[in-house]
Amino acid sequence: MSGYVLLRHRDIPDLHKLDVYLANGGFAAFKKAVTAMKPEEVLKEVMDSGLRGRGGAGFPTGVKWSFLPNKIWPHYVVANADESEPGTFKDRELLESNPFQFLEGLMLSCYAVQANVGYVYLRGEFWRIAGQIDGCIADLEAAGLLGEKLYGSDYSLRLYTHLGAGAYICGEETALLESIEGNLGQPRLRPPFPATAGLYGKPTVINNVETLANVPPIIERGAAWYRTFGTEKSPGVKIFSLSGNINKPGNYELPLGTTFRELIYTHGGGIPGGRGVKAIMAAGASSTLILANDQSLDTPMDYESTQQLGAPLGSASVIVIDDSVNIAWLVRKTVNFFKHESCGKCTPCREGTFWMDNIARRLISGQGSLKDIDLLYNVASQMQGKCLCALGEFSTMAVASGIEKFRKDFEALVKT
Amino acid sequence: MNELQKQYPDEIRQILAKYPPEYKRSAVMPLLHLAQRQNGHVSPSAIDEIAEILDVSPTDVVSVAGFYTLFHLEEGGRYRIQICTDLPCALRGAEHFLKAVCEELGVAVGETTPDGLFTVEEVKCLAACHRAPMFQLQGDGEIAYHEDQTIEKFRALVNDLRRHAQTHKEAA
Ligand SMILES: Cc1cc2nc3c(=O)[nH]c(=O)nc-3n(C[C@H](O)[C@H](O)[C@H](O)COP(=O)(O)O)c2cc1C
Ligand code: SF4
Ligand code: FES
Repeated sequence: MSGYVLLRHRDIPDLHKLDVYLANGGFAAFKKAVTAMKPEEVLKEVMDSGLRGRGGAGFPTGVKWSFLPNKIWPHYVVANADESEPGTFKDRELLESNPFQFLEGLMLSCYAVQANVGYVYLRGEFWRIAGQIDGCIADLEAAGLLGEKLYGSDYSLRLYTHLGAGAYICGEETALLESIEGNLGQPRLRPPFPATAGLYGKPTVINNVETLANVPPIIERGAAWYRTFGTEKSPGVKIFSLSGNINKPGNYELPLGTTFRELIYTHGGGIPGGRGVKAIMAAGASSTLILANDQSLDTPMDYESTQQLGAPLGSASVIVIDDSVNIAWLVRKTVNFFKHESCGKCTPCREGTFWMDNIARRLISGQGSLKDIDLLYNVASQMQGKCLCALGEFSTMAVASGIEKFRKDFEALVKT
Repeated sequence: MNELQKQYPDEIRQILAKYPPEYKRSAVMPLLHLAQRQNGHVSPSAIDEIAEILDVSPTDVVSVAGFYTLFHLEEGGRYRIQICTDLPCALRGAEHFLKAVCEELGVAVGETTPDGLFTVEEVKCLAACHRAPMFQLQGDGEIAYHEDQTIEKFRALVNDLRRHAQTHKEAA
């Protein structure tokens, strides 16, 4: 596809260099905002575009920005570049290859809420990328695009990176804030929400990298233009990270509302060896398993439609599972991930993920009984609704849906 | 001035400048990364030095270091080979690759080669699922991704690293 909105580096070589980005219209939106728009006007344009958060929850971005109270200062914006959901590798491509579009989006967000400092929180494994982003920030300072009194206005802005160190939970926004503050990365109780008491107790916007990368084109070309992509309730384009049993794994920028079938067969080149698709995970390891059939394959990938299959779209990390895979094995993989990543702050999640991992391991090693299948299902059900943050809930998704939809796979492993 | 401050004065000043002066505790993770740069783990004396710079207790620093998987309080191999065997990679042969690597080096997961150079570890998703099998190499103060791997490519890398280690006894 030509005419990318986000993955523009695929059409424009060296877009990660500031001069190339500038030569291709870069920072026109930021300049327009700072010199010719009020912060409220930037916010309204993003609100009108219908852009929804790409980090998983799909919350309307403009609405989130509007929650910051005007009586408490300073405000902060934090970009979430923790990208750790298994099956997700879209933010990484943006950070590596189109970093200035993301940074311009972050700067526009800062301007809209009048933050003078913004942070980029990167997962520790992105050590090399963090160095690259530091270089981009230095280039922007040298070019006068970051610093004091930008474009002769009263607006000043500084950006800093903060490198994580290997903890999926730090992608959860309040754990991320704890991590920047120098504490253990454990989620906070809410309320208060970050919009009123976030980083250092101050009003804070937290947005995903991909979300922010959408903002410059929205400001430059307008909300109406943005809405020509996608659906009424899920406007715009989305980067789908496609992985698993697929011929052409990778990132695909497509309008929201594209069907699973089009992603898997037209873009992804189908399944190796011509095998059939057995299941689809739309939201990485946190997915509710989707049973593959004509109805689900023809379902549009937007926030509302996948929900009708009982499966949130999340970060749109589509993992394809072919008919050679035993779902009990897959479920063990997911619970082992969550056991490893549980931050241990609350008992249902800490203990629940431990037990689910134990039982699932017993089952797949052929040592389990039929009762273990029910036990596993019960532990998952018991956890639901009782955990402090969404990680606990995520850990039960593949377990519950796996046993409901693919019970035979579990039974096949039980000794008789 | 303690050892860490003497060794990295500019880096420490830059790190502290990122955060409001009244919240310098925020610098604990960047300082742990810095302290780990030279020999791949954070020594007890470095813990004390970080605590001193930030006016917090050494216990606070240790508990942060212990929470995150990329900080190492104990010495391991100079190079940690961290192979992703999470679901998407496993669907593309990562577990076979892990096994082949262990055989190649003659160690089990978690073990270090007798020459102290390589530790093999199994890790969770590294945002490289489309280029499995893959691993990251943590060592000499850096983290590098090695993607679309085969055992032949791995063997070549190990030989390069062995040669490098003979001529460079320590990280730069
Ligand atoms: C366990 C857990 C992990 C998360 N990981 C990420 C992540 O890696 N990246 C991300 O952008 N959001 C992640 N989120 C969502 C964030 O909490 C937050 O909703 C998001 O960054 C908001 O940005 P958005 O509105 O632009 O999507 C995670 C949430 C949970 C509960
Ligand atoms: S649900 Fe799990 S990850 Fe979330 S706070 Fe509780 S223990 Fe931590
Ligand atoms: S599962 Fe291995 S990099 Fe994502």
